[in-house]
Amino acid sequence: MIPAPFDYVAAESVPHAVDLLGSLDDDAKLLAGGHSLLPMMKLRLAAPSVLIDIGRLTELIGIRAEGDELVIGAATPHATLATSDLARADAPLLAHSAALVGDPQIRHRGTIGGSLAHADPAADLPMALLALGGSVDVLGQGGTRNVAAEDFFTGFFETSLEPGELITAVRVPRRPGAAWGYQKFVRRANDWAIVGAAAIDGRIALANMGPTPLRARAAEQALADGASAAEAAELAAEGTEPGEDVHADRDYRRHLARVLTRRALEYRT
Amino acid sequence: MQVEITVNGQQRSDDVEPRLLLVHYLREVCGLRAANVGCDTTSCGACTVLMKGPGEVGGGTSVKSCTVLTVQAAGQQVTTAEGLAANGELHPVQAAFRQEHGLQCGFCTPGMVMAAVGLLAENPHPTEAEVREGLEGNFCRCTGYHNIVRAVLAAADGAAASGTAGGERAEVSA
Repeated sequence: MIPAPFDYVAAESVPHAVDLLGSLDDDAKLLAGGHSLLPMMKLRLAAPSVLIDIGRLTELIGIRAEGDELVIGAATPHATLATSDLARADAPLLAHSAALVGDPQIRHRGTIGGSLAHADPAADLPMALLALGGSVDVLGQGGTRNVAAEDFFTGFFETSLEPGELITAVRVPRRPGAAWGYQKFVRRANDWAIVGAAAIDGRIALANMGPTPLRARAAEQALADGASAAEAAELAAEGTEPGEDVHADRDYRRHLARVLTRRALEYRT
Repeated sequence: MQVEITVNGQQRSDDVEPRLLLVHYLREVCGLRAANVGCDTTSCGACTVLMKGPGEVGGGTSVKSCTVLTVQAAGQQVTTAEGLAANGELHPVQAAFRQEHGLQCGFCTPGMVMAAVGLLAENPHPTEAEVREGLEGNFCRCTGYHNIVRAVLAAADGAAASGTAGGERAEVSA
């Protein structure tokens, strides 16, 4: 399968990429690892007129501690995040989620910023970011803004990114030693979650239980009110309207959400 | 557009369309047919090659060349299975696949070997479970995984380089 023709330009810096986004056609797309975009282009589900390559901008790659936050460059590959000693110590839930994306070759190319911008509700990193209460730094011609995970995912494969904006970094709270759980139910080794659940600090996020990653707020409230993990998990699917597909119908997804939330609240991975 | 890529140690400069996938560049422009197009959807791993950026050490990391644009490989070093053997000697992973009969029809083999080379570069002494997880991005539709895993473990402990009895057994069963 071969993508439709497009023009290609390699950005020389982050400001250059923003300038290009502002001056090129509205359907210009950023390319980092390309592991969400290129499959869509090969299927002709996406046909941008021009790609702006930011995948080799070293200023977008790397992981550093900044105060009480861990800051991950948007073009940092999943493999780098998954094996980072700093991330594994300070944000093990995030490192673990990166280690479950696809397979090794995919993790060598796919990036955290790309995964978040793609906003697949079944994906690992959006759920992890939401569970951790993280945020993304977004740069546009008007400057930088920071968007909380709750406000970032707005719909099925949709985010609050405006045309002309790019994600420069991802921020999560540093929580060394905090207990966490991560559950991903799949039928094939390297698949997307049929349902996922991640829990840390009384926060619970679900994958593939709606058009965006979701907080299991009723279960969180029950926990805050002193319920046990098992009691709170019974409320995990409350208010959700998950989709149906060949893998699971709505009721089965709700069942999975309850079971996986209980396991996540028992800090199992 | 013009791209400069080092393929199997040889510097090249080629005029390519931006939409040309790396696997098609390797097969049709470079004439290197080891990387196969299997699923063409980033799943099967038959197109796996190694890519190494200018600042990177080692032999590079494994990537699925059906999901990389040739223009993304500009300035990088790409290694295919054709580039592994040196001076007529099989790479230890290739020798181990031969010794342990780590193939059946052979279609997945170049990608499997390249993924294994990448895996061993990151984890030189993997457990069997780590080999299986490390190769989860490569499918063998003959389901010949058992010998493939054995071959990677043999390459890791250096058994393949010494030309042991395993080699004879492999040739008999082949």
